[in-house]
Amino acid sequence: MLRKILLTSVMALAGLGMAAPVMAQDGPLRIEITDGVIEPMPFAIAAFHDEGGAGQYLQQVQQLIAADLTGTGLFREIPASAHIARPASFDAPVSYEDWKAINAQALITGAVSVQGGKVVVKFRLFDVFSGQPLGDGMQFDASTGNWRRAAHKAADQVYARLTGESPYFDSRVTFVQETGPKDARMKRIGIMDYDGANVKYLTDDSALVLKPRFSPDGSRILFTSYASGFPKAMMMDVNSLGTRSLGEQPGMSFSPRFSPDGRWIVYSLEQNGNTDIYQMDAASGAQRPLTNAPSIETSPSYSPDGRQIVFESDRSGSPQLYIMGANGGEPKRISFGDGRYGTPVWSPRGDMIAFTRQVGGKFHIGVMRTDGSEEKMLTESFLDEGPSWAPNGRVVMFTRVTPGGDGQPRLHSVDITGRNMRPVQFNGAASDPDWGPLLP
Amino acid sequence: MKTIVKLAAIGALLTIAACSRPGSQGGPLVNDPYAGMNGAGAGAVGTGTLPGTAEYFKANVGDTVLFQLDQSTLTPEARTTLANQAGWLNQNQGFSAVIEGHADEQGTREYNLALGARRASSVQEYLISQGVQAGRLRTVSYGKERPLEICSTEDCFMKNRRAVTALRSGAGM
Repeated sequence: MLRKILLTSVMALAGLGMAAPVMAQDGPLRIEITDGVIEPMPFAIAAFHDEGGAGQYLQQVQQLIAADLTGTGLFREIPASAHIARPASFDAPVSYEDWKAINAQALITGAVSVQGGKVVVKFRLFDVFSGQPLGDGMQFDASTGNWRRAAHKAADQVYARLTGESPYFDSRVTFVQETGPKDARMKRIGIMDYDGANVKYLTDDSALVLKPRFSPDGSRILFTSYASGFPKAMMMDVNSLGTRSLGEQPGMSFSPRFSPDGRWIVYSLEQNGNTDIYQMDAASGAQRPLTNAPSIETSPSYSPDGRQIVFESDRSGSPQLYIMGANGGEPKRISFGDGRYGTPVWSPRGDMIAFTRQVGGKFHIGVMRTDGSEEKMLTESFLDEGPSWAPNGRVVMFTRVTPGGDGQPRLHSVDITGRNMRPVQFNGAASDPDWGPLLP
Repeated sequence: MKTIVKLAAIGALLTIAACSRPGSQGGPLVNDPYAGMNGAGAGAVGTGTLPGTAEYFKANVGDTVLFQLDQSTLTPEARTTLANQAGWLNQNQGFSAVIEGHADEQGTREYNLALGARRASSVQEYLISQGVQAGRLRTVSYGKERPLEICSTEDCFMKNRRAVTALRSGAGM
């Protein structure tokens, strides 16, 4: 597992002239995501120090921290070839002038060692132009097999201090890997780091599986399986891979999702051709309908306080987004644009809802306020669908499908400004991403 | 039709072994549900299937009905096909059927699952109204997961918006 240690004592030893950790948040070096960053903030990573046996990890840790940061589109790394000097050791004072000269606004220093089968990563962050550290130095260690987590944790700290947002790099995504031709596709549930590393498969491809979704703590995955020949909502334990059906309802059950406290599961249940939203007590299995209409009600997603549910319904004649109380009741429509809206997901920050919108022969991933205002399209393509929020509610991952008989689904991510869209580094066809929680 | 049946029966004796495919209980029974939908007479002689077989059902009765965009109501053509399906099912009590509802790829995965279920249910209700016992019919939706045609234009989409009556041996589900 992963441990983190504050390096305040180390800082005192370093002779940086500070008796206490500096909270350099007055007039802080800060980049605002919602401002729509046009020019990424330049930063430098001073070559990390090998504090014993770092080997390959010395470079790999640095490169991963840089990749996490530049992957956000908010930061630009100044290459090492431009650096003038680096601190003599991890604890040596920083010569701010050397970094000002190359216009690095933020500086990351660090050290890597391998001790007793653990990779130890230390870092500090500096505001170059104000000439002071940004927060405490920190140390993370992880088993060598988990070295990426230690690097992600360090990058998460840098990201959080420079943006004021919650971190999200040390997180995982569950998804569906797809193989075979479009009319006989085989699918299996996978899990991977947010950046596409450490892919593992949790099911074989003997049964069609759809829409995996993490429990709030990431230990379980809800999904839909055709293993019985008919679609059924299932739950799997991520570690043991033990899988069970969520009750034996008549009709098909699909699209299950946990409440934020993990106590409830909402899902779609079809009976005699009509689909409504049901709620199940995750512990007892007791279930009850939350909607009761002849129209299609599906894709439920809880607000982060667990009090409301956003879902999709075609009761108006075309699929639109609605919000109802967590116990059901009269829903309020929140989408009013042209076309069709679906797959709404409530941001973990509570401020926005991401969705799929189909209009004018194109698909979009969009976001809106929870009252339906400030609707904004983030993407456009032949087929984009199924957004899932990063744990900090500032990025969504979704499926983009290319057209045609050999069309393939690929995972992409986009930030809420819509400016930074990129494919997820995964070698192959994949769909239905669900972004899990920030790991502890 | 009687003449056709007799001719078909002769051929069937020669080819029936070749028609029984191993593993056909599992997935969809048909590769091309449109085979024999038009001008079924000549096709029946050529394929040489017995009238009481699943092969005959798909080739001569037609196992597939199509739907308009976003619709689950049955077209007049679909009703004609389904009336024939019901007639066949009423005559061949040794079969039950799983009605598969499908959607084209325009639409989200979840909505299309629900839409496919509506379509399958429309077919089920119609067959029951034509005298098929409810206990012999079951529905499943594949949403957009199992397109028949794989291009991304209306030519293919219209063939993918379908419900397929897939026969199973045995009178009940």
